[in-house]
Amino acid sequence: MSKLNLDKNLIERSRNAAKNIADEVQKFIDAHTTTSTERTVVRLLGVDGVDEIDKPLPNVVVDNIKEGGGLERGAAYWIGNAILNTGLTPQEIAEKIAAGEIDITKLPAKDEGEIRETVYEIAKKTVEKIKANREKREEYIRTLGEGKKPYLYVIVATGNIYEDIIQAQAAARQGADVIAVIRTTGQSLLDYVPYGPTTEGFGGTYATQENFRLMRRALDEVGEEIGRYIRLTNYCSGLCMPEIAAMGALERLDMMLNDALYGILFRDINMQRTLIDQFFSRVINGFAGIIINTGEDNYLTTDDAVEAAHTVLASQFINEQFALKAGIPPQQMGLGHAFEMDPDVENGFLLELAQAQMAREIFPDAPLKYMPPTKFMTGNIFKGHVQNAMFNMVSIMTNQGIQLLGMLTEAIHTPHLHDRYLSIENAKYIFNNARSLGDEIEFKEGGIIQTRAQEVLRKATELLAQIEKDGLFKTIEEGKFGGVKRSRTGGKGLDGVAKKDSGYFNPFIDLMLGGDR
Amino acid sequence: MTEVQKVDLTKVKPYGDTMNDGMVQLGFTLPVPAGDEAVEAARQLVRKMGFDEPSVVYYKDLGIGYTYFIVYGKTIHTVDYTKIEVPKVDVDVMSKEEVEQYIKDNIKRNVVVVGACTGTDAHTVGIDAIMNMKGYAGHFGLERYEGVEAYNLGSQVPNEELVAKAIEVKADAILVSQVVTQKDVHIPNLTQLVELLEAEGLRDKVILCCGGPRISHELAKELGYDAGFGAGTFAEDVASFIVTEMVKRGLV
Repeated sequence: MSKLNLDKNLIERSRNAAKNIADEVQKFIDAHTTTSTERTVVRLLGVDGVDEIDKPLPNVVVDNIKEGGGLERGAAYWIGNAILNTGLTPQEIAEKIAAGEIDITKLPAKDEGEIRETVYEIAKKTVEKIKANREKREEYIRTLGEGKKPYLYVIVATGNIYEDIIQAQAAARQGADVIAVIRTTGQSLLDYVPYGPTTEGFGGTYATQENFRLMRRALDEVGEEIGRYIRLTNYCSGLCMPEIAAMGALERLDMMLNDALYGILFRDINMQRTLIDQFFSRVINGFAGIIINTGEDNYLTTDDAVEAAHTVLASQFINEQFALKAGIPPQQMGLGHAFEMDPDVENGFLLELAQAQMAREIFPDAPLKYMPPTKFMTGNIFKGHVQNAMFNMVSIMTNQGIQLLGMLTEAIHTPHLHDRYLSIENAKYIFNNARSLGDEIEFKEGGIIQTRAQEVLRKATELLAQIEKDGLFKTIEEGKFGGVKRSRTGGKGLDGVAKKDSGYFNPFIDLMLGGDR
Repeated sequence: MTEVQKVDLTKVKPYGDTMNDGMVQLGFTLPVPAGDEAVEAARQLVRKMGFDEPSVVYYKDLGIGYTYFIVYGKTIHTVDYTKIEVPKVDVDVMSKEEVEQYIKDNIKRNVVVVGACTGTDAHTVGIDAIMNMKGYAGHFGLERYEGVEAYNLGSQVPNEELVAKAIEVKADAILVSQVVTQKDVHIPNLTQLVELLEAEGLRDKVILCCGGPRISHELAKELGYDAGFGAGTFAEDVASFIVTEMVKRGLV
C-alpha cells in the first residue's frame, strides 16, 4: 500500500531506463579488466604477504604480468600456466617472482584446457571458504540473534586497530549493531592494499586483511557475550575496490560501502576503472552475503538536498541495476540516502519524510542505508543532538534498514567514546518510543509530503530517460550527479585498464555468479 | 531591592544565572568503572581544574569499565577582557556586489583564484562553501562573482599540482582548505605549500590563504600565509581580503 500515491508507471519506466543504462555499461565492463581486478584474482588464488620492500605480493605478480604485456589474458591464466610449469603453489610462485627467479609471462605456454582445470581446482576451494563464512554468519544470526532494524551503525576511526577494538566493543555493549572502521584518509587513492596490523592512520584506520581479522574476532567475542551478532563494515571503494571485497569475504565482513559511481565523482578515480572494478567487487560481495551500502548521500553534501533529491533516486535506480547484474539480491542492497536538508527550510522535516518514505516504497526489500546530517552540523552540539533526533524520527517512521548514527560532535572531531554513547541512546530512545508510528499514520492526499515525493519521482524519471539517451559516461562528464564533472579519460587509475583478449578468464566470476549460492 | 551586579571587565568569569557565579558545564569520560569512587575521581579532577563546588549531575557506565560524567562547577579564575588582543584578518568585509564593484574600479581585470583541499584531505565541504557557485547558507561562492575566475580543484590535491595549476592560470590568490586536522596532519602539509611557492619564486606574487574549522588567522600567519579563515567564514570574507590585499600590495 502506497502512502504517497506514487505512479507505478513512473517507477517502472525509471527501472527500465536504469536497466538499459546498466546494460550499455555492462558491455564495456565485460570486455575489460583492470590491475586491481587481476590482483583480486591473485589474492583469491591464495597469494598474500609482501616482498622485502613491503610491496604486496599481489601487486608484484600483476606488475610482472603487466610488464610482460600479459594483463589482457588475465592473472588466472598466467598463474595456471606457472603452476603447470613449476609444480609450485600460487604463493610460492609469487615469492619467486618477487625474488626475480620467475618472469611469469616468459614461461612456456601449456595447454589452455589444463590451465583452466588447474586454476578452477584452486578457485573452488577459496569459493568454498567464502561460502563457509556466509554460513557461519547465518548460523550466528540464528543462534545469537541480531538487533531490530533500523540497525544502529556507528563508526570508529582512531587510526589504531587496537584502540578501535576497545571503542567498537564499548559501542556494541551500548547497543550498536554495526561497527564501521573508517579508513585512513587517502587510502582510496593507494593502488595497493597495505599489509598487517596497523596503529597509525589519519581520520581512520588502514583497511588491511589483518585488521579485518582482528576486528572480526573482537566483535564475535563481544557479540557472544551480549547475545547479539555485531556486523562489521569497511570501505570497498577507491583504486582497490575488488581487493577489499575479497579480503572482506575471506574475513567475514558483513557490510561494505560499495558504490558504482562514488569513486568517480568524489575521489576522481577514472570512470572506466571504477565501473570495471565495481562489477567484480560486487560479484564477490553478493556471493559472500555482504550487504552493500551505496553512496548517494554524498551527492547531498556537494549539491543541495532539496534541489538534487531526484539525483539520489536516479542513482539508486542505477545502483540497483548494477547490483542485480553482479548477483546481489535486493536484501543485500543498502541503497543510500541522507537527511541533509538545511534545517532552516520551512517544513524541511516533511520533505525529508517524503524522500525516505519514497525510497522505502520504491525499493521495498532493500535495507536502505540512511545517513545523518553532516553538512549543516555547526559545532553547536546541543542543536546537533536535536538534528540527529529529527533524523532518527524520520527513520523509524519510514522503516529504514541501516541507521548511520549522527554524532553531536560532527564537524568538530572524530567521535569521542561518549559521543557514540549519546548517539546510541538518542536512537534507542526514539526507535523504541515511536516503534510503530509508521504503521499508524497515512499522509494526506495531495498534501505537502505526497506532492513532494511525486515530484521527486517525476524528475528522477526524466533524468533517467535523459541518461538512457546520452549514456552514463556522458552524464557524468556533464556533472549531473553531485554537481561533479569527470572526464572519461581523466582521473586516477586509467593506466590499470586493459581490454581482455580471447583467452581471458576469471574463474571467480563464473563460480560466484553461476554456481551454488 | 538591590540592583543587579555590573560586570567588571577586568575580572570576567562565566555567567550561569547570576553575575560572577562562574558556572561551567563539563562532559568527559574517565577510564574507570562507574561507582562512588568514579564520581569522587571526577569531582577531584574538576576541582584540580580550578572549579569550586564540583557537582556530578549524571554519570553512566560506557560498557568497558569507563564512565561518562556530566559535571557542573564554579570556576575560580577570571580574565581581564580589557587586555585582550586577537590577531584578525584586517579588512572591511564587503558584500558580493561591493567586491564586484571594487574589482571594476581598482583592479580592472579578472581576479584568478585557485582553491583546493590538499594533501590526503578528502573533505571538500569548506572549499566548496567558499568557491562553488552555490556557496553556503545563502552566501554565493566565488564562482558566481563577476570579475572572479575561480578554479576549485577538489579534494586530495597534491601541493605540487596546486602550484602547477596556479602557474598555469596565473593565479592571483591560492586558497587551501584543511578539514582533517587529527594529529596535526595539516601543519606539515600547509608548510610544504609555502616552501614550494617560495622555491618557485611565487610566494610574493600571490595572496595565500588557508581555511578550515581548526584554522585561525594567527596559525596561518605563523605558517607563512597571508590570512587564515576559521568556521563561519563566507565567500565575501575571503573575496574582500583578496581584492583589498591585491591593491595594497600592488598586485593588480
